[in-house]
Amino acid sequence: MTSIDRRKFLTAGTASLGALGFVGAMPAWARGTLDGTLARRGSDVLSGDYQTMTVADAMFTTGTRRGPGVTVNGTIPGPLLRLKEGQNLVVDLVNDSSMGTSIHWHGLLVPFLMDGVPGVTMAAVEPGERFRYEFPIRQAGTYWWHAHTLQEPMGHYGPIIIDPAGEEAHSYDRDYVVMLSDWSPMHPHTIMKKLKVADAPFNFQKTTATDNYPLSGAERRMWARMRMMPTDISDVSAPLFTYLLNGHGPEDGLEFAFRPGERVRLRFINGAAMSFFNVRIPGLAMTVIAADGQDVRPVEVDEFQIGNAETYDVIVEPGAGDAFTIVAEAMDRSGMGLAMLTSRPGLRAQVPPLRDPPLLTMADMGMSQGGAGSMTGMDHGEASAGGAMDMGSMSMRDTSLLPPNVKVGPGIDMVAMNPVDRMGDPGTGLKDVGHRVLTYKQLVAARMNPDMRQPTRLKEIHLTGNMERYMWSFDGKKFSAVTDDPIRFAFNERVRVKLVNDTMMAHPIHLHGHFFELVNGAPGMHQPRKHTVIVQPGGSAQFDLTANEPGDWAFHCHLIYHMHTGMFQVVTVRPLDGGEG
Amino acid sequence: MKRAILFSLPLLALSAPGWAEQHDHATAAQVEPADPAATTTAAQQEVMDHSAMEHGEMEHGKMDMPVDQEPMAHSQMDHGSVPMPRQEAPMDASKMDHASMVDQSPIPAGPPPPEAFSAPAFAADEFVGADKMAASRASVVREVSGVPVYWFQADRAEYRAREGKDGYLWDVQGYYGGDIDKFWFKSEGEGNFGEKPESAEVQALWSHAIAPRWDIQAGVRQDLTGPERTHAVIGVQGLAPYLFELDAAAFVSNKGDITARIEGELDQRITQRLILQPRAELSLSAQDIPELGIGAGLDRAELGLRLRYEFVREFAPYIGVEQEWKVGKSADYARAAGEDPSVTNYVVGIRLWF
Ligand SMILES: [Cu+2]
Repeated sequence: MTSIDRRKFLTAGTASLGALGFVGAMPAWARGTLDGTLARRGSDVLSGDYQTMTVADAMFTTGTRRGPGVTVNGTIPGPLLRLKEGQNLVVDLVNDSSMGTSIHWHGLLVPFLMDGVPGVTMAAVEPGERFRYEFPIRQAGTYWWHAHTLQEPMGHYGPIIIDPAGEEAHSYDRDYVVMLSDWSPMHPHTIMKKLKVADAPFNFQKTTATDNYPLSGAERRMWARMRMMPTDISDVSAPLFTYLLNGHGPEDGLEFAFRPGERVRLRFINGAAMSFFNVRIPGLAMTVIAADGQDVRPVEVDEFQIGNAETYDVIVEPGAGDAFTIVAEAMDRSGMGLAMLTSRPGLRAQVPPLRDPPLLTMADMGMSQGGAGSMTGMDHGEASAGGAMDMGSMSMRDTSLLPPNVKVGPGIDMVAMNPVDRMGDPGTGLKDVGHRVLTYKQLVAARMNPDMRQPTRLKEIHLTGNMERYMWSFDGKKFSAVTDDPIRFAFNERVRVKLVNDTMMAHPIHLHGHFFELVNGAPGMHQPRKHTVIVQPGGSAQFDLTANEPGDWAFHCHLIYHMHTGMFQVVTVRPLDGGEG
Repeated sequence: MKRAILFSLPLLALSAPGWAEQHDHATAAQVEPADPAATTTAAQQEVMDHSAMEHGEMEHGKMDMPVDQEPMAHSQMDHGSVPMPRQEAPMDASKMDHASMVDQSPIPAGPPPPEAFSAPAFAADEFVGADKMAASRASVVREVSGVPVYWFQADRAEYRAREGKDGYLWDVQGYYGGDIDKFWFKSEGEGNFGEKPESAEVQALWSHAIAPRWDIQAGVRQDLTGPERTHAVIGVQGLAPYLFELDAAAFVSNKGDITARIEGELDQRITQRLILQPRAELSLSAQDIPELGIGAGLDRAELGLRLRYEFVREFAPYIGVEQEWKVGKSADYARAAGEDPSVTNYVVGIRLWF
């Protein structure tokens, strides 16, 4: 009976996908000619020194959507690795899927050969092959793992929790992982192609003659004159994506249980391919205690924005409340992921409506006169109305502002005129929500940083792109142009890296194999350590890096289609034996 | 072009909230009562019961990094957290006062130290094997930076109702290639039902990106009707300020005739799916070409307005009206051939791409 049902299911899935015209782009297994088993939602827990992780093709369903997915050990997300600082880990990766694969241990300090990036640290593990990862666990905190291939948006990711060798800094009664992700029934190759050939094909929140956006006619004409859209917030959004919490869509009724009076630790991981989320639990304050796995001084907020690949650990105290809604609203507010924090199974709190979609501002065009302005009391970021006409006469692409190493060409459609530090910015659309929203400036490392030397060198890197052609790059150069000309650091060199965002999109930039310290105004010894930093549109961000992990490391935007269309670089740390010398 | 701008303005002003197309709130709807299985799944994720932990037993000395006890009030943090804007542009000094608390000694930009250049070029080569890594690297480079893309678009494929015999028109284009260089093809033609096509042509072009939103295109055009003609083509295509899609090309025929064409379109969204598209096209000629019925100067002008509904972005039926005029000598040629130099077409068609 089960097998009959499954065949029926596969047939139905194929028919609906065929009607949408995806058949040509889908591999044979996804059309039901091979055994594509249905992915289970949610993770199993793996702990101990030795694990096997098996990648397989699958069908995934959520709500009314179904399409191709990739499972690891049968689930989406894949297994939760529950580890202990100081242990050794051996993972045999078995590829039973139809594509090349790999696992990258996001945020973990590993020898570079174990980092799992095809073309940089290993060759892809081809179908039928195995690969053994083996490394010591040198840290504690919340991390995750994912494929460094286009299997990632299909479901190949999962959480990692590492318990400290010593004392946990906070006490709590329950410990939950909340892994946010986005899943679409459309194959990643098809999505990427549509992004290339069409102009924002997945955006159904564009300005129109009948919209409710607070924009004057003059502002609308200014945007049209610049050939840009104030609604260019997310390249791929809810019309295509279902937003998942631990693999569960909004209709699944995912619940996290608590008893009155308990302290609950929630470990938010943004494992999405293309989505930033605004996370809040209406009626409940969240105390942020860790960012990217690293403990920070507790800071109480009502909402935070989490970029792709970032993690935030928070503690909430639901008290005697019945139920609270965990809302992960996509940054462009086209949809949300949902779960319930409940004191009794089945209890439901109100689900807030989607808020109005945000608009980009002058600051997002790199035209901010005073930064995010929160310290000065002048909110220049919101000044889109007042500034519109003055800015209309300015060049959006004055390439003389770029340093000489940036390759100028059709791949750059904008140059930030005045890219100011935007670490005080809560993120697109969150400036005036009327409650406390986390900013990078509020992050202060709980412990002293291991290296407090003043950097000896400043390395500036520009994030560049062309929305229209969907080209993305660092310093105007795509990945093909940089494999022979990487970003070079000397072993143990202390460098300040300044990222300048010459685009109107926020990019979550991730450096493999290292933590870096955000230059966010915190005292040097307490600058927060992160593995991923959001660089706000038209703004800049700086971090201090001690390049003490020899080898080659991927450095890229964590929006997967930005990475896969060129915003990808290699960082080398030499000499290779630097660690031993 | 000016006219099209003016035309679009009343639409922009029409921002009445009443029938605005809202984004879909359905996903935010109240979820159904719990599926007990889902609760179980969530419960499985509760991985640790910290109430059972014995905190007293933990030893600070065993931790890698001492927990820093240095007291620090959060009120102080707020001042310390002023950014160190290292911006080049001048900035109001009064806004910078707080920042003086932070070490601002400049860090010099410069090249990496010499040891950063020490071999090997690719660290994984000696462990994984140079051949294997070279192949892997090549495939990632191809995937990330070099996969060619194809695109086909029927901008107009329509039935044209008009005085006399009804007709048809197609206007399609597409490309295959990378970000900068592409093979581009175009075809357009029209005619009356039951007659042989009035005009039909194909163009094969090499397209090269010369600016963020502009391509230069060069190649050949073959006419498929009328007297045999082949043309060399040079043109530009791209997106002009105010989001006009422009396509301008000059043609030199194998008979030495020089002609030119300029087309402009503007997508004016009324809702997320309902789009009004004004369109203009001008044909020019450097000389009279009597056998083609073309007169020197402005030969032909077309002005159209189409309203389409995008069921999906890729597929949109439309209705519209298009007025075409033959001008000057061309009008004379048309009258001589017994045709009306001014024709109004009521059109229905589809726009699609894939
Ligand atoms: Cu990006």
